Amino acid sequence: MYTQFTTILLFLIIGACMVPLILLVGRYLRPANPDPKKLSTYECGELPKGNSWVQFNLRFYVIAILFLIFDVEIAFMFPVAVTFRQWVTSSQAKGVLIFSEIILFIAILLIGFVYAWTKGDFEWIKGLQKKQIDPRFRGDDLK
Amino acid sequence: MTSYDSLFYVFAAVTIIPAIVTVFHPNILYAALSLFGSFFGVAGIYVLLGADFIAATQVLIYVGGILVLILFAVMLSKNIYGMTFQDEKKKKILPTLFGILLLGFLIKLITTVHWNTTLSEEGPLPTTAALGNLLLTEYLLPFELASVLLLAALIGAIILARSK
Amino acid sequence: MTSLPEFLKELFESWPLLGILPVWFYSIVAIFGLLFLFLFPFAGVAVYVERKIAGDIQARIGPNVVGPYGILQWIADALKLLLKEDIIPTNADKKLFILSPMLIFISGACAYAVIPFADNVILANLNIGIFYLLAITSMVTLGLILGGWASNNKWSLLGGLRAAAQVVSYEIPVALSILTVVLVTGTLDMAQIVKMQGPFYWNIFHNPFLFISACIYYIAALAEANRTPFDIPEADSELVSGYNTEYSGMRFAIFFLIEYAECFIICAVATTLFLGGWHLPFFDLSSLTLGLRIPLQIMVFMTKSILLLLTMMWIRWTLPRYRVDQLMKLCWEVFVPFSFACLIGTAFWMVLFKGKGIPELILGLFVS
Repeated sequence: MYTQFTTILLFLIIGACMVPLILLVGRYLRPANPDPKKLSTYECGELPKGNSWVQFNLRFYVIAILFLIFDVEIAFMFPVAVTFRQWVTSSQAKGVLIFSEIILFIAILLIGFVYAWTKGDFEWIKGLQKKQIDPRFRGDDLK
Repeated sequence: MTSYDSLFYVFAAVTIIPAIVTVFHPNILYAALSLFGSFFGVAGIYVLLGADFIAATQVLIYVGGILVLILFAVMLSKNIYGMTFQDEKKKKILPTLFGILLLGFLIKLITTVHWNTTLSEEGPLPTTAALGNLLLTEYLLPFELASVLLLAALIGAIILARSK
Repeated sequence: MTSLPEFLKELFESWPLLGILPVWFYSIVAIFGLLFLFLFPFAGVAVYVERKIAGDIQARIGPNVVGPYGILQWIADALKLLLKEDIIPTNADKKLFILSPMLIFISGACAYAVIPFADNVILANLNIGIFYLLAITSMVTLGLILGGWASNNKWSLLGGLRAAAQVVSYEIPVALSILTVVLVTGTLDMAQIVKMQGPFYWNIFHNPFLFISACIYYIAALAEANRTPFDIPEADSELVSGYNTEYSGMRFAIFFLIEYAECFIICAVATTLFLGGWHLPFFDLSSLTLGLRIPLQIMVFMTKSILLLLTMMWIRWTLPRYRVDQLMKLCWEVFVPFSFACLIGTAFWMVLFKGKGIPELILGLFVS
């Protein structure tokens, strides 16, 4: 096993060195004429205004937390899934047992998933679905 | 000193030095980012111990999840450019005291416990199937309780985020 | 089942000079071979093929000036990008500006270490093969966020954060589809997964839930690689160019290269997990000699992967783009529930039929 991970380590080190290497090769080939206008940030041709912080948007954070929870759940499921086949093919009783254990694990998390869904946390723009139909413009008056 | 030992020292350095940078760097973004090196160092140490599955889980969850979460939180806060943490002198006495106490406790712990330091002869064995078997037989209750814990974390995070 | 460096060492064991070299030397040779003989030329040719296909679909010719049929276009492009001036904006965070392409390159290139091209031709035969791949490709998110932030440009930052949110959301259906395959196969080792798919027991035919899982994997992985119809973060008509607005020259080339490398990884992983890897249907290739077997297996593997890659390009130039909120809704309200349903369905099928798939059941009817 150590041989394989040595290959991985070497690959990581070579990968990390590759980008500076490529840029180094290019450094002797390419021109370097810095100019203040060239070095300013790009804003579709207008002069850049203000510094660049973005308004705090909760949905990024909620998505990241949802991802983290499900990621941890999947990391738990992987070892169980690896032994699943062996348990299932050995005897029927063991198969039913492991199946029920997995179902219990997933069901508890699906409760949380359904909660997040019904509270509208999966919508990128909150309240978009409800606001779409303005009762004044239902189209009846177009007849 | 074998190559195993030298690799261990390298990974230990890769773990500890970014951790020191995290604690002491004034720029909050760089402090959060140097955790990346720390996480990789820990993953390397896991590999040296033969825990291949845990090493990959470390990278997947810590680098791919928790670090992203921290970065989202840091970048979406206002006025994060140039924000520094500089405490006055008097606020450093109590934390230093606690730090020294913690260090003493850890040293006592490390020197007293009997750690298993013998490697098996054929080298490390694959761990994933063994982990799965253990999770389903001996540690079934912690396994199911982990899902309850994750559920609590999920609902708690959503409620906290909504109340902002 | 050994890995490529060990295989090479066994092959050259009896040679006078090369026999005494340690295994890690062969590792380094294999890594450089993979990077320079496969990754870079492949990404270049993929760019050329994509532009030609785009031309075909859009009823025009595409590049045809440089070399016959424009074949040397990608070399010209690579040279042009190499010779362009490297502009780092004054307001940009220099360290992070440089770090971001490095992170993306590492995560894109190091995923190639566990792709089984042929029977012993896999760079690192890890026990946790597919899980390692998931872990390494999860680092892309970090590179995207840093790339968007480092340019000190509102639009880059927004593009980077949106790209990160998209990649992170679509990792869940991808991981769940892979989990479904692991349920059926019982191992995380890529070479073992391919070996278990025999001559024609491809995983995609194992049960109908796995077929749906394969489709979910393909589409969700498309979204994770930021390809159309999910390419809001780097769309030309939105947000200028998203998180890589400020990158020029070779740095941009690296982002571009790794996008095509990632597309190939997705196709290669789909081939390995669902389409039987390097198995030719109905022929047992292990009976042939070494010199004939390995090139044939590599050809079969590449054919399957390239067919999937061409499908990816076809999809890109045919479908319109998804809006950001439609994208997120699609992930969390369609793909994740369906993935969970496929997982539970596959587990149920396995318990019911004791792990046998449809080909084995049909064969069992004829034999017994």
